[in-house]
Amino acid sequence: MSVVAELVPTAQAGDAKPEFWRWEESCWADEAVDWRSAKTIAVGIDVGSVSSQCVVTADGKLYAYSSMRTGNNSPDSARNAFNGVHQKTGLTLNDVHFVVGTGYGRVNVPFSHKAITEIACHARGANYMGGNKVRTILDMGGQDCKAIHCDDKGKVTNFLMNDKCAAGTGRGMEVISDLMQIPIAELGSRSFDVDQEPEAVSSVCVVFAKSEALALLKGGYTKNKVIAAYCQAMAERVVSLLERIGVEEGFFITGGIAKNAGVVKRIEKILGIQAMRTEIDSQIAGALGAALFGHTLVQKQGPAQPVAVAG
Amino acid sequence: MIANYGYKDGSGEYYISIDTDKCIQCPVGRACLTACPKSMFETMTDDYDDEVVWIKPAFRRSLAYDCAGCKPASGRKALPCVSACTPGAVQHSW
Repeated sequence: MSVVAELVPTAQAGDAKPEFWRWEESCWADEAVDWRSAKTIAVGIDVGSVSSQCVVTADGKLYAYSSMRTGNNSPDSARNAFNGVHQKTGLTLNDVHFVVGTGYGRVNVPFSHKAITEIACHARGANYMGGNKVRTILDMGGQDCKAIHCDDKGKVTNFLMNDKCAAGTGRGMEVISDLMQIPIAELGSRSFDVDQEPEAVSSVCVVFAKSEALALLKGGYTKNKVIAAYCQAMAERVVSLLERIGVEEGFFITGGIAKNAGVVKRIEKILGIQAMRTEIDSQIAGALGAALFGHTLVQKQGPAQPVAVAG
Repeated sequence: MIANYGYKDGSGEYYISIDTDKCIQCPVGRACLTACPKSMFETMTDDYDDEVVWIKPAFRRSLAYDCAGCKPASGRKALPCVSACTPGAVQHSW
């Protein structure tokens, strides 16, 4: 199964000012699978603070997903994520046997049958993506960071979350991307293009890190060196969180920042552990876990009736 | 499951840990609910359908301040929530 998503064109017409922080939205479906022949179709919707994902499983296997930016309200973001999959596959809510909402906007998914926390869903999703050897999960989301331990079935055994400050989150990286005027997807590779690894900037606050980055630029640092200093700060920040619950072998990273090699490789270096790799988009772990919970619930209690959605 | 509620910021780490395996079969009738002077604890059904205690979301980003009145600097010898929880499910990180 090849998991290469189709990028959704970003509306930029008439935009005077480029937005470097904008990451690409994407949709994917396994074209080798016909969802019409599946006995159980489950959907997971993860409405995060920055991105929203919809994942469809057919008989408990990943079939399709979309990853879109979260808008200004959770119900519309959930609908938008589902529409991404609908346009790609023709699947409608009437064809779905169970919908589970997760993420920060989980209680506002208008067509969900159940809401489950993103902590449980990320553990379940990581267990699917990385296999039953996954024990420690680091989820670096848009505006929070979570460290999770799970067992061989993906059940959470220990978790810790930090959502009080943006340091160590995707939003922090977006701020630096805009400040440096470098597309966010390039930050990781550019952070390695330095003669010498610099000291980390402030790891306790994005506002401090931003002003420190400006001072470094004025002091003669190249942009790449500033990015390297920020990636190092981010790595140190999340490692300090991970160390509170301990890191076990079977280390897996989920969330958008998992795509940033500049942070991931620095985390691996500090921990002395290689993160497990997957060809599935790390950003869909929460929605995938939600869909898998939905699949299990259908097996236990049968299909749910579609939830009527106004508007 | 060990559930850690709280945060880390520039001033330190402030987490209240609840061992839900010990909390599920509480022999003291969830004494933590009434022991906390700020009523920060409440019962909920977790993702695995177990009824456990958690910290109300409204308090999770301000524990350093909300718990200050129960810390030794305020003259108390023991934390009321930790003392009330005889199974030892509740712990503070600071």
